[in-house]
Amino acid sequence: MTYTSERPPLPETSEQLRARIPGWGADLDPKDRPSVPKLQWQEDRTGAHWEFPERQPEKWPRERSIEHEFLTPVFGTSCPPAGFSGMLRKLSYRKYSEGRAAHWLLLLAADRVDAWESHIRSLLTLRPDNPITQTGVLSEFSRHGVSSRFGKKRADVKHQMLDPVIVAGPWVLVGGLVFAAIRRMLRRGGQ
Amino acid sequence: MVYRGPYKVRVEEKDVPAIEHPNDAVVRVTRAAICGSDLHLYHGMMPDTRVGMTFGHEFVGVVEEVGSSVRNLARGDRVMVPFNIFCGTCWYCARGLYSNCHNVNPNATAVGGIYGYSHTCGGYDGGQAEYVRVPFADVGPAVIPGWMDDEDAVLLTDALATGYFGAQLGDIVEGDVVVVFGAGPVGLYAAKSAWLMGAGRVIVIDHLEYRLAKARTFAHAETYNFSEYDDIVVHLKKITGYLGADVAIDAAGAEADGNFVQHVTSAKLKLQGGSPVALNWAIDSVRKGGTISVMGAYGPMFSAVKFGDALNKGLTLRMNQCPVKRQWPRLFEHIRNGYLKPSDIVTHRIPLEHIAEGYHMFSAKLDGCIKPLIVAGS
Ligand SMILES: [Zn+2]
Ligand SMILES: [Zn+2]
Repeated sequence: MTYTSERPPLPETSEQLRARIPGWGADLDPKDRPSVPKLQWQEDRTGAHWEFPERQPEKWPRERSIEHEFLTPVFGTSCPPAGFSGMLRKLSYRKYSEGRAAHWLLLLAADRVDAWESHIRSLLTLRPDNPITQTGVLSEFSRHGVSSRFGKKRADVKHQMLDPVIVAGPWVLVGGLVFAAIRRMLRRGGQ
Repeated sequence: MVYRGPYKVRVEEKDVPAIEHPNDAVVRVTRAAICGSDLHLYHGMMPDTRVGMTFGHEFVGVVEEVGSSVRNLARGDRVMVPFNIFCGTCWYCARGLYSNCHNVNPNATAVGGIYGYSHTCGGYDGGQAEYVRVPFADVGPAVIPGWMDDEDAVLLTDALATGYFGAQLGDIVEGDVVVVFGAGPVGLYAAKSAWLMGAGRVIVIDHLEYRLAKARTFAHAETYNFSEYDDIVVHLKKITGYLGADVAIDAAGAEADGNFVQHVTSAKLKLQGGSPVALNWAIDSVRKGGTISVMGAYGPMFSAVKFGDALNKGLTLRMNQCPVKRQWPRLFEHIRNGYLKPSDIVTHRIPLEHIAEGYHMFSAKLDGCIKPLIVAGS
């Protein structure tokens, strides 16, 4: 009872739980839990044989957080910044610390720009972006799209109706604008 | 697999990754997984997720090539690779905080290096591919024990280790009432691990019936579907004698569902670093003086978290990305003893060529999907 000093009774005793659940209480003692204590000196260094690691060569000016003193000795080399999105990214890293909302908002904006840049660029290649195969919507048919959702008390059903609108909306909008612009141009040309 | 923008991925030929540092290895991937936190990237919510990047931080494989300073691995070794990239010797690594390594992520100091997890986490390509570059090959990977199969091993690279770690962060003592928000892989493992640590009662909350069914059979948990209750917090108070749980574990993270406004402002309009619905429920439903453990993924952006309630209730909030390698020896023991069987939660095996459908199915929660594995090189 919460309003007295006794704690509410549990449905099962420890003995009952031990009998029912494999391994119950195997790590009852916090000392048997691997990350206890939190900061524990790691004698083995998990196999590292350096004090400070050798440094990976920097093949292009690698963007980094201004909260770092220098470029870390090892870093990823996937997707160097390029295009307008790359400029936004470099600006964000050069100017704002991780503590600033501007840093993250600029990066998120750059992501959206990057997606559009890449999409447009893909139209000039032999393999343009394909909204059917790349979004995997075909699995709606092969993976029980309808029966997975309805009559299942899922909380997301109410907004999933809206999701295609939010995701596809901007594309439809831009497509419509382009169509209207072309039609206007053609009409003018015809006069 | 490469990212093409929000909700879009495709399979592309890329160069086989090269050794870029003397302690690198190149690993040929045999099994990878799609993780709930990959959805954060897939939905375009993680800042600096660049088009062209390959995702995937859960993978196992065979060593194909090693750099000149690699001593502990050789070509042909079957290895499991923790999702954290870490150096082993910086201030953080020396103290066991592998997920907080300071030497691998130039892009941010607030988060460590993670395979295939945007430039915010270092800009490394991930393992949903045929080959992957593995930095600090002497430190991160471990040779998979002969008795362990690849499908158990791949779940140890994140999901199981993280779920177990989440239960640890709850500081569970004998008889504690533990509530877990989210019955995805991590939530299922957290619920199961809570028993190992002596919980007296384990409650799991979700809205997907098939996942709750798994929580009952796999994790022996008591379950509730929040969409059946007007107010899940009040319900949790009622069933715990109006006290609340001793420990609440947020295993849902920023993709949490359940609140329309939160969903639209975060998942869709990206005005928040993620929907904190699950975290706020955890804060509300735990007893005063209780502990909240967070291992659901959240981005670096601000989220509307009910901090005042956490303060006024005197809660302990514990959270981190899991330092995976620190968990392995103990988890190996539990698996050998038959207390845990990681691959029991795998529901789908998808060839790498069909990964776009895999992402959609996992994201839209179709076909009873709990954990999809990616089978490379078929
Ligand atoms: Zn993961
Ligand atoms: Zn380190």
